[in-house]
Amino acid sequence: MSAPTKKLPPIDPMDLAGIDDLLSDEEKAVRDSVRRLCETVVDPFVADWFERGEIDDPRGLAKELGSLGLLGMHLEGYGCAGMTATDYGLACLELEASDSGVRSLVSVQGSLAMFAIWRWGSEEQKQEWLPRMATGEAIGCFGLTEPDHGSDPGSMRTRARRDGDDWVLDGRKMWITNGSISDVAVVWARTDEGIRGFVVPTASTGFSAPLIKHKLSLRASVTSELVLDGVRLPADAVLPEVRGLKGPLSCLNEARYGIVWGALGAARSSLDAARRYAIEREQFGRPLAAFQLTQSKLADMALELVKGQLLALHLGRRKDAGTLRPEQVSLGKLNNVREALEICRTARTVLGANGISLEFPVIRHMNNLESVLTYEGTVEMHTLVVGQAMTGESAFR
Amino acid sequence: MNIVVCVKHVPDAQSDRTFNESDSTTDREGVDGLLSELDEYAVEAALKLVEEGEGEVTVLTIGPAQAADAVKKALQMGADKGVHVSDEAIHGSDAVATSLVLAEAIRKIGSPDLVLTGMASTDGTMGVVPAMLAERLGVPQVTYASELTVSDGTATIRRDGDTASETIVATLPALVSVTDQINEPRYPSFKGIMAAKKKPVETWSLADLGVDASQVGLDAAWTKVESFTKRPPRQQGQIVTDEGDGGTRLAEFLSAQKFI
Ligand SMILES: Cc1cc2nc3c(=O)[nH]c(=O)nc-3n(C[C@H](O)[C@H](O)[C@H](O)COP(=O)(O)OP(=O)(O)OC[C@H]3O[C@@H](n4cnc5c(N)ncnc54)[C@H](O)[C@@H]3O)c2cc1C
Repeated sequence: MSAPTKKLPPIDPMDLAGIDDLLSDEEKAVRDSVRRLCETVVDPFVADWFERGEIDDPRGLAKELGSLGLLGMHLEGYGCAGMTATDYGLACLELEASDSGVRSLVSVQGSLAMFAIWRWGSEEQKQEWLPRMATGEAIGCFGLTEPDHGSDPGSMRTRARRDGDDWVLDGRKMWITNGSISDVAVVWARTDEGIRGFVVPTASTGFSAPLIKHKLSLRASVTSELVLDGVRLPADAVLPEVRGLKGPLSCLNEARYGIVWGALGAARSSLDAARRYAIEREQFGRPLAAFQLTQSKLADMALELVKGQLLALHLGRRKDAGTLRPEQVSLGKLNNVREALEICRTARTVLGANGISLEFPVIRHMNNLESVLTYEGTVEMHTLVVGQAMTGESAFR
Repeated sequence: MNIVVCVKHVPDAQSDRTFNESDSTTDREGVDGLLSELDEYAVEAALKLVEEGEGEVTVLTIGPAQAADAVKKALQMGADKGVHVSDEAIHGSDAVATSLVLAEAIRKIGSPDLVLTGMASTDGTMGVVPAMLAERLGVPQVTYASELTVSDGTATIRRDGDTASETIVATLPALVSVTDQINEPRYPSFKGIMAAKKKPVETWSLADLGVDASQVGLDAAWTKVESFTKRPPRQQGQIVTDEGDGGTRLAEFLSAQKFI
């Protein structure tokens, strides 16, 4: 029997299901700190960065993020904060509620570049890079995608060949987040022993990282090409502990997990903007919020947000328990990014013409999510992963 | 230098505030609470002083079980240890009783060089506890500090008034209450959040402090909230239609309200 005298807690319109109850005090503290940091160093500036297609001071921003402990936060040792996967997810959500570009900076730094070194690197590589990357003093990028090979990285053409003890790298990488501002690039290349990873200082001769321009999405994020033209590296530049596609895929799995949460941040921000706007804006003598069609949109958006949050949290708990499978990450990325984008699009309609203005966060989030939908495995790729898990049939080729 | 910071757990100002029908005390049930924002400045001031030199920061709170959250937040920010005084009998205590319990708790903690407080709580906003507490401890009180330095056994503060800024000194041990102008409180870093899990927090009852239950609580209070009514919603503001003289009329309005 339920206790009849117990007073019901008030309803929070942005947490209708009361999912907050499922978080510990520490998890809430992590979330609050990230939110406060974003309110100080991101929110007041990000629309302008997006409009100009340039972050004012990406290195300064990286240091701010590092000082809170965000960079490589879910890794242990080497100056990393050693937080849980759930903490990491909550942080991604708050970052992406500010902007997907800033979350991308953190994802690539922590889950791709740092994770690759942390998981597959030598002790010397870890000592050299991880502490500086954790503070944001050094920035990293992760080069897997090539101009002619995206969803099918196994066919990559970038090559590393032996020359005496040295390695020599030739090839091109495309769409590389943080590329032009990086101190170190983790580059995946074909060798006689299969695909291997290399820790490439970006100051190496023959390495360059020209900026990719003309993006209409993720404009508050640096995206670059990596050109490797006879880059000579010492024998110990290779990541010693992994061979084959498993190397890069293990890293992508980390970053994708963060995106399962992150995308919901963009959705939450857009839904919140739409809800406030609908309450304030009047047409036909009534607030937009008083029209059933608007309420239907708001309710549907809220439902998908709640479902996405429950899925993210469930996957986070599995990751912390060590039982999270890659197929489950695919399930989460597929659903949450797709639904988040749909929420942003619906929110945009609620704002009418203002919905296309950078004065509101909505169109920025919406455009950003077009990138998020594609990178870290496209919708189609994750659909095929889920399809294979359900049927045992591989439909990739 | 050892510092005790007195902090209060208050209902989140963002949610609706209500009173209990039965005894007109603040309703804390089902309302999210947090470390009073005005106390964050005191915690920050203490952390800064200890970081410059040496010593320990102890945070002290009185309140029901959930008030431990305020202590935890201060520990996450960087304080070294916490004390939480919790006792059913304390419910409904006024400032006089609160200062009594705080004084006894501070004596039990040991004799700190400095006691820091916020300038008022964000829920009660009376701002009298610091003065009462200093009196009970028998130490000098310097209140409303918007700047604080300590050297050679002296605390120096700046107090900003309407017409002048005063520089005031007090010999330690002393009590200082700080304003929201004194600093920019930090928020907990992830390392701070992790470290706080291992920091010691003691929970004391009135008996632990040798305070008799009859000295505190609603029945012992010198003042009481007799009744309460919800404030009516704000009236709609005055709309100025600009007919070329909008600037002047805005300025007139602001100066009539003594804003400029
Ligand atoms: C802003 C941004 C940042 C990025 N950052 C990085 C980074 O830091 N590092 C990095 O390595 N990469 C990065 N990427 C690249 C990203 O991972 C790739 O774009 C992605 O993997 C898709 O590859 P592609 O663009 O070559 O598309 P393609 O693989 O050419 O796919 C084109 C379309 O065809 C579909 N398709 C392909 N194969 C199949 C199939 N078998 N069945 C059905 N449909 C199929 C795809 O799903 C997609 O819809 C970034 C991309 C963007 C946009």
